[in-house]
Amino acid sequence: MPGYRLPAPAGQCIDRQQRVGFTFNGRAYQGYAGDTLAAALLANGVHRVARSFKLHRPRGVWGCGLEEPCALVDVGSGPRRTPNVRATLLPISEGLSVRSVNCWPGPEFDVGAVSGWLAPLLPAGFYYKTFMWPSWRAFEPTIRRMAGFGRIGTEPDPDHYEEIALQPDVLVVGAGIAGLAAAAAAARAGARTVLLGASARLGGQCAWQEDAEAAGLAAAVRAAGVRILTRTTAFGVYDHALVCAHETVTADGAAQLPACVLRERLWKIRARAVIAATGAFERPVLFADNDRPGVMLASAALKFAGAYGVACGRRAVMIANSDAAYAQAARLRAHGIEVAALVDVRPGPHPPTEVPRLLGEVHAVHGARAVAGVSVRTGAGLRHLACDLLLSSGGFAPAVHLHSQAGGRLRFLEESAMFVPDGPAPSLVSVGACAGMFGREAVLAHARAVGEALARECPAPAAAPDGCGRSAPLRPVAGKAFVDLQNDVTSADVALAARENYRSVEHLKRYTTTGMGTDQGKTSNLNALLLMAQLTGQPAAAVGTTRFRPPFAPVSFGALAGRRVGALYRPLRRLPAHAWHESHGAQFEIFGDWVRPVAYPQAGEDLNAAAQREALAVRRQAGLFDGSPLGKLEVYGPDAAEFLDLMYVGTLSNLGIGQARYGLLLNENGTLVDDGIVARLSARRFWVNTTTAGVERTAAAFEEWLQCEYPHLRVLITPVTARWANLTVAGPRAWDWLAAAGLDGALAPGRTRHMSLTDSALDGVPLRVLRASFSGELGYEINLPAERAAWLFERVWAHAAAVRGSLYGIEALQILRTEKGYLHIGTDTDGTTQPQDVGFARGVARKAADFVGRRSLLRPAAQDPERLQLVGLLGVDPTQVLPVGAHIAPGPAPAVSEGHVTSSYRSPELGRGVALALLKAGTRRSGERLTAYHLGRAFAAEVVMPPFIDPTGARLHG
Amino acid sequence: MMQLPCPWCGVRDESEFVCGGASHIVRPGLSASDAEWGSYLFFRDNPKGPLRERWRHAYGCGQWFNLMRDTLTHQVLSVYPMAEPPPAGG
Repeated sequence: MPGYRLPAPAGQCIDRQQRVGFTFNGRAYQGYAGDTLAAALLANGVHRVARSFKLHRPRGVWGCGLEEPCALVDVGSGPRRTPNVRATLLPISEGLSVRSVNCWPGPEFDVGAVSGWLAPLLPAGFYYKTFMWPSWRAFEPTIRRMAGFGRIGTEPDPDHYEEIALQPDVLVVGAGIAGLAAAAAAARAGARTVLLGASARLGGQCAWQEDAEAAGLAAAVRAAGVRILTRTTAFGVYDHALVCAHETVTADGAAQLPACVLRERLWKIRARAVIAATGAFERPVLFADNDRPGVMLASAALKFAGAYGVACGRRAVMIANSDAAYAQAARLRAHGIEVAALVDVRPGPHPPTEVPRLLGEVHAVHGARAVAGVSVRTGAGLRHLACDLLLSSGGFAPAVHLHSQAGGRLRFLEESAMFVPDGPAPSLVSVGACAGMFGREAVLAHARAVGEALARECPAPAAAPDGCGRSAPLRPVAGKAFVDLQNDVTSADVALAARENYRSVEHLKRYTTTGMGTDQGKTSNLNALLLMAQLTGQPAAAVGTTRFRPPFAPVSFGALAGRRVGALYRPLRRLPAHAWHESHGAQFEIFGDWVRPVAYPQAGEDLNAAAQREALAVRRQAGLFDGSPLGKLEVYGPDAAEFLDLMYVGTLSNLGIGQARYGLLLNENGTLVDDGIVARLSARRFWVNTTTAGVERTAAAFEEWLQCEYPHLRVLITPVTARWANLTVAGPRAWDWLAAAGLDGALAPGRTRHMSLTDSALDGVPLRVLRASFSGELGYEINLPAERAAWLFERVWAHAAAVRGSLYGIEALQILRTEKGYLHIGTDTDGTTQPQDVGFARGVARKAADFVGRRSLLRPAAQDPERLQLVGLLGVDPTQVLPVGAHIAPGPAPAVSEGHVTSSYRSPELGRGVALALLKAGTRRSGERLTAYHLGRAFAAEVVMPPFIDPTGARLHG
Repeated sequence: MMQLPCPWCGVRDESEFVCGGASHIVRPGLSASDAEWGSYLFFRDNPKGPLRERWRHAYGCGQWFNLMRDTLTHQVLSVYPMAEPPPAGG
């Protein structure tokens, strides 16, 4: 194998005193501290590190950093398993365990390589045209199994991720010499400056060269007091120039970690001015079999030599489409790496060089599994060159991603075939190579001037993009010439897309998948569009680029989620008397935001049996229920009554003090959105109950109407849900129970009316007692200060035995209200339900005010007699409980649904199943026999009009 | 993530606000035709450029206000109270 370690001093980033052991595909290797996985593997002579995504061709290390398309690995195990880590960015650590992706059993011998023989069946867009007979579905499982990158751990992530916000004056993205110069200048001019560097060292590509000037700039940045964040990559510029950056705190796969570490940080940086100094990516030269292990970017081979002291081969040939190749060749030779030839694909003139030069193009790469040589087609015929390293030096593509995300425009520099910023973007100025500037002196002068100007809030001086010299046009190449190595897109695929008229770059991208995946086309996008320009005879500027969207580099979900996971994802609300219910046998469930007792099962009871017993106890004796989460608003002001008339279907302004009324709330489209009881506390103060889930949106809707449509009304809306607990006692013996507990006799059924609200007190604790019922029985809803809830539960419960009272939970409440046909918004109604569909047509007709949604009730659709209406259903088999969601239809599927079951329970009072349903023209169909279908089963039922018990409502009055 | 100037609390991140859509939409009365009512309910301009919207500082003071914003650049052009007519030039 060709790679080997160079002698010191090569290897600026490694510590040769510190050896590090790691395993790759189960085999043990050694490297030095500071090595990336790619460097350590190359030093060990390992070139084949992965297989390609689609064709499973063997792949080696191709780049040296973020742009790496091929060398992706799975790192770690169990919950810390991380897929698709770039070997070029992963630092090795003792005990690191790494596996190749896309191959089984390994990259040397891969069963999936059979798909390479199937390549003719897998052109661009193959899933649209091949594998269509007998059906794509027949092939999909196999293709899906073979496709895709890496695999993720399935256990919960044990580690922490944090999020930090910064507001500096100036943010500089990129710690190469341009970024360093700009940051130092900004800080010296008095700006609070933050500098982001993607690697651990400052200096960018100069960090691993003997470069005194770069070292001086790094020192100047530190001396100027710049806040430096290393191993931090800006991945997106969002609206109003919010820059988000991703910091690696603990590297992937680090062994011997504690149970929980801080893994990554998300930085949200809002600077007054942003300077992008993100450099450029090297552009590969296109030739057949340019993916053979041993072919790589020239800049990568240089970095491996300089930073890690690794020679990627013993004998290199450089393929050049840029003047930069000449300097690169000279530097490789300075590292002691033989450059056998420099093949320049451009017509002259050419710079002078000491390296043997050939003018021509690559004819073929030799070596089946690794580069063994190259044939060059020259003016004098084919020349064969033996080599084990083939370096591709095609010029540079400025990293204009952030500029473009910030809304900046691009222009095309014809000579160097690169897109550069066309002036600054709003709130973002590019300096250095990402601005298309490649001459060191000019770059440093411009970067300093930009840093200083932005620090002083002056306009930044314009960049002078001069490119990086001449580059020959790209032409389609026969054979497997890979434009996009990660997605296995060849120049033939681009030509196919052009032939089939997928000529827009956005179509090209989606049809061929060029530029997708984890590298987002860092090394492929420019070549793909230059090729399309050639194929369609357009200028490259007219073809343009695909849209640069965040993220610039992959970001883990963990970093984006931060601490918003687990219990902190959605904090739950507990009842004020939660502990009391716990100690009285409650079984809790989560309802919306709330943790609530669903039932209080006794020994040997399941939830269902407990709920049946509790519901029956309410019907026969009395029950005690915690209704504290019920939404509560106080609506106050001289115009409160007028305002509520505009909000509710029912009229509320004629309520007497102490009276209560049920009201429906609509949205402007006439749809039922909430309901509840409204009581009048005084002439200008109302007590408004909403649904538990609806209180926040109801309060928000009230505020919106009040502030935006009726600002002349003098009304205040105060949400008080958390302030008041609600203890409900219901059942024929409800008052007996409360009287025994010591409540004021003035609350007795004969002295208060159903639907009335009375202020009372017990032992000096204020009680707001509403006579109302969601069970159909005599009911008292006692509202009291939340902190006294447990006290009152204890006080009332102490007298339960006298009336054989029972606690009841949500499940029993649902049974009770279904027996009574009381609807539950969102369960028995949907996005089309209007008041007339649930029996409130009269309330609408009688009212004078132009309440919210009223005009919508006058539309023809609202008058349609075929609307879905709420009805009762009784199963023909009384022991059956109809499944909720069952569809009522004239026959089994396929048939058009006429409605569905919305609520369904076994009624302990009736000893049979009862159900509510939304049914087409339901109110006209009373007595009709129909069939409900659910998961292949049919249920015969009869339409009835609810309620199922106590149709006159006599029981409400005690 | 835009930054919006709440008239009461100052400049805050967009995530503290709720957008209520276009502002200065006149609510027709009960006598409106079905077409007028439908237009009020469902039809809004979607301009590329200045747009008058109403926003609520939901996770702050809770107040609604009017804001004119360029939908292309997200530049905030003006902020004015709910009850006021749109400023000249908008």
